[in-house]
This record gives sequence, structure tokens and C-alpha cells, in this order.
Amino acid sequence: MIEIPKEVDVLVVGMGPGGSGAAKRCAELGLKVLGVEKRAEIGAPKRCGEAISRHGMLDRIGIKPEGQWIMQEVCGAIVYAPNGKSVRVDYKGPEGWIVERKLFDKHLAALAANAGARVLAKVEAKNFRRNDGKVTAELEYEGGRHEVTAKIVIAADGVESMVARELGVNTSNKLVDICVGAQFEMAGVKGLTNLIEFYFGNDASPGGYVWVFSKGNGTANVGIGVRKPWAKKTALEYLEDWVRSQPRFRDASILEVNAGGVPVGGFLESNVADNLMVVGDAAHHVNPIHGGGIPEAYMAGKIAAEVAAEAVKKGDFSKKFLKKYDERWNRERGGSLKKILKLREVMESMSDDDLNWLVEYLKGDDLVELSRGNSGFARLAKILMKKPKLMKLARKLV
Amino acid sequence: MAVTADKGRCLRCGGCVGVCPVAALRLTEHGIECSSKCTGCSACVQFCPVGALRLSGGKD
Repeated sequence: MIEIPKEVDVLVVGMGPGGSGAAKRCAELGLKVLGVEKRAEIGAPKRCGEAISRHGMLDRIGIKPEGQWIMQEVCGAIVYAPNGKSVRVDYKGPEGWIVERKLFDKHLAALAANAGARVLAKVEAKNFRRNDGKVTAELEYEGGRHEVTAKIVIAADGVESMVARELGVNTSNKLVDICVGAQFEMAGVKGLTNLIEFYFGNDASPGGYVWVFSKGNGTANVGIGVRKPWAKKTALEYLEDWVRSQPRFRDASILEVNAGGVPVGGFLESNVADNLMVVGDAAHHVNPIHGGGIPEAYMAGKIAAEVAAEAVKKGDFSKKFLKKYDERWNRERGGSLKKILKLREVMESMSDDDLNWLVEYLKGDDLVELSRGNSGFARLAKILMKKPKLMKLARKLV
Repeated sequence: MAVTADKGRCLRCGGCVGVCPVAALRLTEHGIECSSKCTGCSACVQFCPVGALRLSGGKD
């Protein structure tokens, strides 16, 4: 076994996009940083539809979409109402990409390593305790274990985060606040284009939607998100039923079966404690309307790293100092994501009839603006005001 | 109370850990482990995307 550091400035737990974003920025800022991943392979198994928007890729993550990890350009979207009617938006060029997470996450981790971070897969950090103003954790790996001491821990350990809970931030989700996901990566799918497809309907996918994201060569991520208490079957059963109902999958193959929980229910009051900052899925950093979280996690990781660098310089790892991370995240992302959460609450209050009706009025550009939380809220409110029954919902948006 | 996972079905997504209100569950390389903190609330069973979890009654 290669040597593992025993003393670091920052210990990053979990090497998904949030952990890699944090580890890379820490290293760039001159901190001694160790990033550990308990799984044997960074990026697998995926719990993700693998779509990233142009804005997310270029601005929030800050990398060029070049490399083996790009599977498909996304040049538009098509959204189906329960009755099959659709709204479509087309772009001149790629507005997003479908990536291969196995390669993409490893690429991000390699960028962190190249910047000077130490990254180790199949190392699990557990039994965290505070000790003399720092945190000590046990690292368990193939063939041994030892203790590591860190001034700051960045918990990027996903929806199943235990690190934050051990160090005093309760990251658990209420059942209603988590989207239950299941996905097949399929081959031999007919009719795929460079549009991402979304299907809404309270019977087929209660509280969520179905997605079909082409990965090129007739392969696609075909997934579903549903929510309790509306869902009466397992997510996998809903997915199987939906796939069976669509003739285009009749001769298709299944290359992967994926599942996962997506924390779409809103944001924690605070993601810090003494010596601790929480980022990514663990911190519920997900766009609540579509469930996308890669750029959110990466960006939160970067902010956490910058606050960590300030904290190390000042020698202050208290909750009070680390609150700067909460403040910056709220300012840079929280505001617009909280607005999007309201939109989700409005959408899930609508019946299939309401959705069918709404599709007649929406344009493709409206959907894009709405999902980004940029604008379009006033326009959607104006449309909803046309239907007396929906006026109450409309008022939530303005 | 305790929760057990059908190892043939469980995809180790860890979502059940994320909905456990008392931090009784843990995702390890062997799958889901349940501690004596379990209160039997069944949030994890209701969450499971693949129907792999079962609640067994009584004291563990």
C-alpha cells in the first residue's frame, strides 16, 4: 500500500464532482489536501442521467467539453405532456452534453490530482471526532487502517452522507423530499436524436418525470424519478412499466441498471459546523426542478475550498468562521435554486389535465428559462391566471 | 427493529441511508448495514427504488 498522509489541512470525503471540485481548488490555493473515495472506482456506479448544461460545464465547473467522456451533444429538448402533446426547443449548437460518468468523474479527480491534491480510491473515512481544534478520522483501506488529522473536513459523501451527521449537521432527507430514481442504460433504442426527452404524467411517474437521454449509437439513459407518497410501486416497477408501454424499446437491450435518491426537497439552513463544510448531494445541492446536481456540487466544492483556504490562513476553523461558506453559497446559488423549488411545488400540484392544458401555452424557450430560474416565472404565472383553479398556484410564483 | 437488504436486488445506491432519520443505516462495500438505532419507521423500505429492503420486527 502506498503511503497515506497522517496530517492534512483539508480532508475531502467522497470524490464525486463535489469532492473533486473542492480538492482541486484546495490544492490550487496551496493547501495540503487528501481526497478519499470509499468505492473501488471513482464515478461508478452512477446514480445519474449524465446530462450537463453548457452553462454548468463551462461556467460552474469551468472545463472544456473535450475528451472521451463526452458521449453526445445536446442540441435541444422535447417535453411531453401526459396526453402526448409536446413542447420543443431547438438550438443552433450544443447547449449541453451527455457524459460518461465513469470517465468524467475520473477526469475531474485527475484534474484535482494534477493540481496537487492526493486522491485515493477504496479508502473509507469513519469515526470522526474533534480533537484539540482539529478533526481526527480513521482511514480504512485494503490491508490496514490509520488515523488522519485535518483542520477542516469537506463532506462530499453523497446522499448517504454520514460524515456530516457524525460532525453535527443533520443532512437526512424527509421521504417526501427525495426523488426515488431508477434507470436503464439501454442499447438498440429507436428514434434517438440530439434532443433530450422528458415525459410528464401523474400515472406513469407520480411526482417526477421520465427521461430519455441519447448517449449516441442507439444507446440511451432511460430513467424515471418518482416521489412518495404519490408513488405506489417501486421506481424500478414504474420504469419497467413505462419502457414496456413504448414500442421503440421492444428490441432494446439493457446495459446497466441504476438506482438512487435525489435530494430535491430543498436546502438545509446551514451546511457548516466546527471544522466541517458539506457540499453536493450530501448538502442537498440539487436543482429541484430537474434534479441535476453535477455543476451545483462542483461549484459548492470550489466555494468550500476557498473558505477553507481563508480559514487555514486565519487559523480559525470554527462554525462561526465557516459560515462564510453558507453565505457565499446562498448568494451565488441559493437564491435562484430556492426560486426553482417554488416552481417545482407549483408543478407537482397540477393534475394531468392541468399539464395537458399548460403545454398548449408554453413555448420551448419558456421551459429553458424556467428550469434555470432566470426568468419566465412571471410569464408562467400569467398563463396559470387564465384558469381560475390555478390562480392560487400562480400567486406562489410572483 | 432492524432492516435487512436482499443482496441480490440491492444496487447499493445509498438513498435509504439518506432518508433514515436516526442514522441507523450505513452503506458499506458489503451493502446496507443496520444498527440497533433503527426505530422501525420504514422510511427506507418505502424509499427503496428496487424493493430490496425488509423490516423485521421485535428486538434485533
